[in-house]
Amino acid sequence: MHDNLNLSRRGVLAGAAGLSFGFAFKLAPQEAAAQAGPAALNAFVRIAADGTVTIVSPAIEMGQGVSTALPLIFAEELDADWSKVVIETAPVAEVYNHPILRTQMVVGSTTLRGYWMAARTAGAQARQVLIDAAAARLNVPASELTTEPNTVVHAGSGRKLSYGEIAASAKAPEKLPEIKPEQLKPVANFRLIGKDVPRRDVEAKSTGRMTYAIDVRVPGLLYGTIARAPVRGSGPTSFNRDELKAVTGIVDAIALDHGVGIVGSTVEAVFVARNKLKAQWRDAPGSKTDSTAAMQAAVDHVRDAKTQGVIGRSVGDANAAFASAAKVHSSEYMTDYVYHAQMEPHTSTASVTSDGVEIWCGTQWPTRARDDAAKAAGVAPDKVKFHLMTMGGGFGRRAFVEYAVDAVLLSKAVGKPVKMLLSREDDVASGRLRPMTAQKIDVALDGTGKITGWRHRIAADTVVPYLYGQARMEAQKGVDHIVMAGSEMPHYDIPAMTAEHIYEERGIRTAAWRGIGSGHNNFAIEAVIDELAQLAGKDPVEYRLAVLKDPRAKKVIERVAEMADWKRKREGRALGIAFAKLGLPPIGFSVAGTVAEVSVDAASGKVKVHNLWCAVDVGLPVQPQNVVAQIEGSLLYALGSAVKERVSIKDGAVEQSNFHDYELIRMSDVPQMHVDIIRSGDIPLPVGELSISGTIPAISNAIFTLTGKRLRHAPFTPDRVKAGLA
Amino acid sequence: MATYQLSINGQSTTVDVQPDTPLLWVVREHIGLTGTKFGCGAGLCGACTVHVDGEAVRSCQTQVSQLAGKKVTTIEGLSANGLHPMQKAWIAEQTPQCGYCQSGQIMQAAALLAKTPKPTRDQIVEHMDGNICRCGTYSRIISAVERASREG
Repeated sequence: MHDNLNLSRRGVLAGAAGLSFGFAFKLAPQEAAAQAGPAALNAFVRIAADGTVTIVSPAIEMGQGVSTALPLIFAEELDADWSKVVIETAPVAEVYNHPILRTQMVVGSTTLRGYWMAARTAGAQARQVLIDAAAARLNVPASELTTEPNTVVHAGSGRKLSYGEIAASAKAPEKLPEIKPEQLKPVANFRLIGKDVPRRDVEAKSTGRMTYAIDVRVPGLLYGTIARAPVRGSGPTSFNRDELKAVTGIVDAIALDHGVGIVGSTVEAVFVARNKLKAQWRDAPGSKTDSTAAMQAAVDHVRDAKTQGVIGRSVGDANAAFASAAKVHSSEYMTDYVYHAQMEPHTSTASVTSDGVEIWCGTQWPTRARDDAAKAAGVAPDKVKFHLMTMGGGFGRRAFVEYAVDAVLLSKAVGKPVKMLLSREDDVASGRLRPMTAQKIDVALDGTGKITGWRHRIAADTVVPYLYGQARMEAQKGVDHIVMAGSEMPHYDIPAMTAEHIYEERGIRTAAWRGIGSGHNNFAIEAVIDELAQLAGKDPVEYRLAVLKDPRAKKVIERVAEMADWKRKREGRALGIAFAKLGLPPIGFSVAGTVAEVSVDAASGKVKVHNLWCAVDVGLPVQPQNVVAQIEGSLLYALGSAVKERVSIKDGAVEQSNFHDYELIRMSDVPQMHVDIIRSGDIPLPVGELSISGTIPAISNAIFTLTGKRLRHAPFTPDRVKAGLA
Repeated sequence: MATYQLSINGQSTTVDVQPDTPLLWVVREHIGLTGTKFGCGAGLCGACTVHVDGEAVRSCQTQVSQLAGKKVTTIEGLSANGLHPMQKAWIAEQTPQCGYCQSGQIMQAAALLAKTPKPTRDQIVEHMDGNICRCGTYSRIISAVERASREG
């Protein structure tokens, strides 16, 4: 299986230091025109005379492992000796754009999938150049040459040339050789992909030597923070500037449109002043939002058929299915706002000078961060020198780049380099949350109990207008693909369905959160599937196997049921199961089956998850052990949103402030996790967010089996559990 | 401002800061030992964990004025020569993901093994429960502590 992510322009540069290969991914015509000329050819690989292979990785590391896994793909096709590979993070430049997203961005667990063919083809081209050069030097046809790691071999004569030897003296061709998909290395011959090489970032992360944005040190550095207005769209009308400036070490306190900036000579002085801030804020549309009242309104909206939303997913004629249904089953589910809680609070360092901007920032969207930083500084994007830093967690939050802009604004205001750093309290207060949802699912059943129609109504905030802009929202005809993710059901045998988004504009800052919409939508879907099983008097596993039509989906359910020993009864505990998927039709879906083993302490209302089993089919696992780590990590990320994590809003502002009242999963909460990878196909499918969306419904379904009560509002906090079981 | 003489990683260092300055900012921003991380500033996450006289403490909750005559060790000074057994175990288990909390995790874990060379799983969990890992590497942290205990 191959895809159509062809390379459109390519080139190769020869220099004294060896060979550099550059290639550009397929670009939209206007972009290609803008980049015409050799300046657009950024090198992805350099081979030095000593055999060192430097691979420039266009994707940024936030813990998911791409800084190893993506260069590994290139090295595989190049037949590089992995021990001689050095990895560099790419600068921000169009040639490094994600081939599907068409911008430099790390979202949606699509990095390896997106760059897969491009990286393989580029690696194969570089290898072919080395073979052609060796053929000329050995005076043999290129077709007689093969490669071993970092070596071209002529089997007939037993002669060998190392890549370093070739690169030291080879002449670069005018044009890179064309590589057709069938000329790529057969997957069966891979010796790096699928074999678990150690991650290259692990040693630096185990010794304190990894440098994150927060660790940047430059001469003359000042420190700064921003107290963002508590409500989106608000800003200060007045604040105690003189009092703040009187704090020892404070350089200035600055009114910004969206908050108050404080700059000082030390970080501790800045935080002392921050705690003394007293500001009045102007009203904004969300200034009165209260999440309890907003949830009730959202529930009313999904119940009221006259409240129409935007249809984001549609298959067949759902109205006809409901009109002719023998029975309609309806059910409602809710999820609260949740916060990313990436461990590195938001930070960037910027230095604005008359020449431009230099910025050190960890971001999932470098292109946007560069462009927004340029705009804030009032310079052209090419005047931004951008240092992409390893991120202390991303989880979708760092696709928003306002913290890069904030650093620029502070540096511009004081004329010195500034490290902008948020306290955890300000990171929470200015959190961009996963939307709060109220959901209603109606299912049309025929006389035999078969599902004939499905209607999923989701009342939730929007995300796309704030992440991508209103223009894109309109171009997508109002379909917020982030909120609607996971509401598609191609794996189930459902002939007619709609999924609809009722906008709840509450003035809340929102963002993509790991797993995006699937995290809330699949809770409702998989809980309803469980309800249908109960209605049909069938076992939840058997019922899913009957209503799933996709063979890979059936297989993960079968496998996870086997792993969990599904039929075995547990004293005081019960199992719940859920199916999950991640992806898009054009790139393919990865699929997962999740089983949770749960007990509930009725007196305290505490839910304990003892075991989580997860069978995943991620296509081709590039780094299998890292796949397991990512699956475990996202099971736990979702576990927090199942049992603990919730943000509440009062007067438009986040009520929580730190990890005492926004509690995260700790080691004592961690269940035994059992992950099994099913390999299918020859393309890496999404991994990092796949197992987010099965966790909540598996737990909810287990609680139902255990207690006969269905918990419909996540997270399942002790008070809700006690109320739900009463 | 006041001058404080500190012993950090076996070296005597003088800093000129306010008495209530958290040790965290002294080691990170004044001295430049940035392996110690800022996570919450409230003793809730453990990212800033260092050793003071061998005990794991939260550097964000430790004021510089409390450190007279005490020995501070950060992740950079955990091992005088090469890698500490805990760090070797961390690498062998491929524990870190984003890595941001891991200095604190390692310092917390090293303090456990220094006193309890053969901890049970329950002892590990109890000792490590104040250290948050948002990436969810907990099972590999446990495996790494067990490995370090085994392989010393």
